[in-house]
Amino acid sequence: MKVQEFIKKVQDKDINIVEHIHKVLEECKKINKEYHYLNTISEELALKQAEQIKKNPKGKLAGLPISIKDSICVKDIESTAGSKILKGYKPYFHATAVEKAIKEGVIIIGKTAQDEFGFGGFSTNAGVDFEIPLNPFDKNRATGGSSGGAGGLTQKASFPNIGLGECTGGSIESPASFCGVFGLVPTYGRVSRYGLIDYGNSLDKLGPLGKNIYDCALMMEVISGYDEKDSTSLNKEVDSYTKYLKKDIKGLKIGVIKEAFSDGTDNSVKKNVWNGIKKLEKQGCTYKEISLPITMKYGISTYYTLATTEASTNLAKYCGMRYGASEEIKGNFDEYFTNVRSKNFGKEAKRRIMLGTFARMSGFRDAYYIKAAKVRSLIIEEYKKAFNNFDILITPTMPILPPTFKELEKLTPLQDYMMDIMTVSPNLAGLPHINIPVGFEKSLPIGMMIISDHLQEGKLIQVGKEFDN
Amino acid sequence: MEINKELILKVAKNSRLKLTEKEAEEFVPQFKEILNSFSKLDEIKTEKVKPSFHPIEIKNHLREDIVKESIETNELLKNTKNKKENYFLGPKAL
Repeated sequence: MKVQEFIKKVQDKDINIVEHIHKVLEECKKINKEYHYLNTISEELALKQAEQIKKNPKGKLAGLPISIKDSICVKDIESTAGSKILKGYKPYFHATAVEKAIKEGVIIIGKTAQDEFGFGGFSTNAGVDFEIPLNPFDKNRATGGSSGGAGGLTQKASFPNIGLGECTGGSIESPASFCGVFGLVPTYGRVSRYGLIDYGNSLDKLGPLGKNIYDCALMMEVISGYDEKDSTSLNKEVDSYTKYLKKDIKGLKIGVIKEAFSDGTDNSVKKNVWNGIKKLEKQGCTYKEISLPITMKYGISTYYTLATTEASTNLAKYCGMRYGASEEIKGNFDEYFTNVRSKNFGKEAKRRIMLGTFARMSGFRDAYYIKAAKVRSLIIEEYKKAFNNFDILITPTMPILPPTFKELEKLTPLQDYMMDIMTVSPNLAGLPHINIPVGFEKSLPIGMMIISDHLQEGKLIQVGKEFDN
Repeated sequence: MEINKELILKVAKNSRLKLTEKEAEEFVPQFKEILNSFSKLDEIKTEKVKPSFHPIEIKNHLREDIVKESIETNELLKNTKNKKENYFLGPKAL
């Protein structure tokens, strides 16, 4: 059953929602044993919300089960961002996006697994003592990351549901691609970041993952909008995203970024994405191959310099005092904080904190951090020029098929970072983009990424519907 | 700038992290490789370019300075075992 049919049935009282949620929770537990998609299953909250919906089945998302990435705060539900340093932390408030979804009648089923603080493209950098989520199509392979639990659960669950994920440099579109679902990353500032356990403030964005394009459009209508609690929130009118599901794509101009189809990209990925482009051409779009030389060559270095710098300051607040992991208080400030942080941060978190600390150390700041911020301006400019001539830009979402865990073990950290080559740049520029499942190879899903200009999320939905199930 | 174990330990200290011997040794070649790739940005001329600290223009949102209802102290203290009366308990400052 599709999400829209399910919601209609709930609103019409054709479904016993409490009974349904009991079944949903049982299925979540069963899936979780095998695939590790949920860090927490919020059984009590879900059943309470189901009782309320039974009495009053109202709202645009009435009775719909949704999963929330673990880095997004849900009141009184453990929210760890996949890190041991936040073990036991129960926020006393909802993130704004969660609050908005609750107002429209959702049922929160749990907190999804992720790379610690979002530090990864495969969800293999789970924090100390956390389980790694497994790909729904092949358990020897990664889900993508960092919203890996959200990607896996959205695909694997038999019941209608939507995942709320978060993306800094590819964390929605990568798992969406490897798990074969739609994943939409909105314009920076379109959805409030209030209540997000942050990674990089100038890069973080919340967005939906869904089996169908309608799911993303509907969720975007609910969670978007200005929020005075987020200083970077955009005070612009929210589009009616579901309207774009009926809009013809004839005449849309596509720019195909040719560097994204170079030797580093797997042939089966290239083939399937080109099939997708040809399909759009048949529907009346025109395409032209274009070059974004700075963006494609320097995106990774720019992103990792800026993202680690921001992360290193954001993670300075975790010191084992007010919330999360703590130790017996002994020694001075430095000794105590160092002890808590060293025991509870995982290896990739340590690596990124240190890379960022280095990039903003006295004597290096201008050469690394400021330099990268300047190249970021050039990347934004390059995209803006492209959008003078094109409505949307296309690349593969990931350059490879979902890798096996054994393949990933062989990569150095830099080789691992290079896998984000397609996704980091639209994120640096704060541009909306979407993963569209476009085909299968060896029974593994392949994703095509569509990028549009700021606040043009509607075009992503308009194009995405052509590939709906 | 030579990336060696000494530098790694200095950066770790600034980050309030204590690395194991093995971690420090592993990080040396990894940091060499990563920082070398960051330095690729030197190939681009940026003298006349302004840095972007956000992807879009951000305007300051100001609000009236009015006292609003806040969180109860008890609620705030719920997430830690290090507390005394109505205060957080922390390590010695001196």
